[in-house]
Amino acid sequence: MSTTSAPLAAGGDTEKLFDCRDAYSQALEIMAATDTRVCALVSDSVSSTKLKSFSQKFPERFVNVGIAEQNLVGVGAGLANGGMVPYVCAASCFLTARAMEQIKVDLGYSKSNVKLCGMSSGMAYGELGPTHHSIEDLAWTRIIPNLSVVVPADPRETAAAMHFSLAHVGPMFLRISRMPVRAVHDEGFQFTLGEANILREGDDVTLMANGVMVSRALDAADSLAKLSIHARVLNMSSMSPMDVDAVLDAARTTRGIVTVEEALAAGGLGGAVAEILAVHHPAPMRILGVPGVFAPTGSAEFLLAHFGLTAEGIHNAALDLLGEKR
Amino acid sequence: MMCEAEDSIADRALRLKRLANEIRFSAMTMTNHSGLGHTGGDLSSADILATLYLGGILDVKPAQPTWPQRDRFIMSKGHCSGALYSTLAFKGFFPREMLGTFMDPLSMLNGHPDRNKLPGVEANTGPLGHGLPIGVGCALAARMRRETWRTFILIGDGELQEGSNWEAALTAQQYGLDNLVVIVDRNRIQQGDFTEQIIRMDPLAPKWEAFGFAVAEVDGHDHTALLNCFADLPLEKEKPTCIIANTVKGKGVSFAENKPAWHHGVPTKEHLALAIVELGLEVSE
Repeated sequence: MSTTSAPLAAGGDTEKLFDCRDAYSQALEIMAATDTRVCALVSDSVSSTKLKSFSQKFPERFVNVGIAEQNLVGVGAGLANGGMVPYVCAASCFLTARAMEQIKVDLGYSKSNVKLCGMSSGMAYGELGPTHHSIEDLAWTRIIPNLSVVVPADPRETAAAMHFSLAHVGPMFLRISRMPVRAVHDEGFQFTLGEANILREGDDVTLMANGVMVSRALDAADSLAKLSIHARVLNMSSMSPMDVDAVLDAARTTRGIVTVEEALAAGGLGGAVAEILAVHHPAPMRILGVPGVFAPTGSAEFLLAHFGLTAEGIHNAALDLLGEKR
Repeated sequence: MMCEAEDSIADRALRLKRLANEIRFSAMTMTNHSGLGHTGGDLSSADILATLYLGGILDVKPAQPTWPQRDRFIMSKGHCSGALYSTLAFKGFFPREMLGTFMDPLSMLNGHPDRNKLPGVEANTGPLGHGLPIGVGCALAARMRRETWRTFILIGDGELQEGSNWEAALTAQQYGLDNLVVIVDRNRIQQGDFTEQIIRMDPLAPKWEAFGFAVAEVDGHDHTALLNCFADLPLEKEKPTCIIANTVKGKGVSFAENKPAWHHGVPTKEHLALAIVELGLEVSE
């Protein structure tokens, strides 16, 4: 496998790996060039938010508030009040935790048209330790009314979600990964908030994933297919609002659901799906994520493997759910 | 316009004194109705609010509350909603009769302001330390759009203990936001006690100066001084302005003045009867 910084895969090339941050920053520049309301805010980190080029092309619409996340989100709300569409970009771990009250009050409750871009989410900063892991962010953000939460799976979806966010009026949290991922969407992909994408049809078991876990779920579906187990794969990038119909259909027409996310197993995708099933259509589930622990140190790749967040881990969870031997 | 221009500052100040006392009595009546509220801060901020909204300082259009070119006023001390709502109603953003629904079930007049419910409210405040960052964002927006409207934020002095204010002050300084005006309601009392007993805020002016603001101190109950101060903004070009309005918590009614217990004291009918006399609002007709 090779890595590249190009934002979009050539059609059919599934071997290349991409950093979704490139797709996000290029989309932001395209949007800013055509819409003078678009501006970007950072809290010191210009390079890890990939906004150096933006800051040079649009210096008057680029604000660096310094290391001050509460202020960062509040300033975003004020810019929106003044008619701008601010993209507030910061490491997801600090953005969501440090500014939680501003996200709740200044954005969600106020319905401010602010777009949060949570960078380097999940365990991308694996070696830096739990202070820098952002695995609580999905649980925290998805419960805030009016705040849309999107976890793109690949560069194409990242760019599509960015363009969608500009047309959508209201606060959004876009969780942008820096872990290299391969392309999972075709060229014609369109992002729709609140809709799950069926990436693979199947009626034995449903694999639901978001973000960097989607390609791994597809790999698990491939290996399950070799055992004649037909797994449906749903990309649940839209965490809030969630596609309730797709969840219920999976519960009704397959034998169970495996959720997988680069986040705490509590409160995120698995939690959201379980809430829907518990009330409307109880069904067997396996919830894959980080169990209730602070992760040890190690690369993101190491940590995902450590917690079974791999194609093999998903494969085995599906077999377990179906009562099949590994 | 003509009439306003011909008015002397003294005439305007006299009219504002009366209006501010009406705001005071309105806020106390609302708090009496709801059994909850923040009388002390309502009364300390009433003269500032009256001067801004009813003294011709803020360029706003009550019939068009989201007019893009309006001046923004952010009530960072959102707990003083009684004074804010009364002022907005007096200005004409919504009917005065609505003030009688303060904190009622499903009322548009929450204990703390909600911009999506009530015309004229710019920001949902209540948790402290939110208004200044939002105001800095507004001021940056005006600059990006090359527009001339201004942003005013009223902040409590106890509220300044929230660190987010100082984060925002640093940003305001860095970007030289001379379209931003911070007004501190320096009533020297917070919920628990006098500010200086809990966390010393003095010397306050040098703090703002050190953070890059042009600072003026003013008697926050002197309408002439407030009018003069607000008429001459920014205090310095390319610097954000901070006006420290020295006020008395519970100003205007003897039983509440300078008493920490009246931070969220609720007036009784007897208090209201006394207040209407002390505020000079007895019905004479």
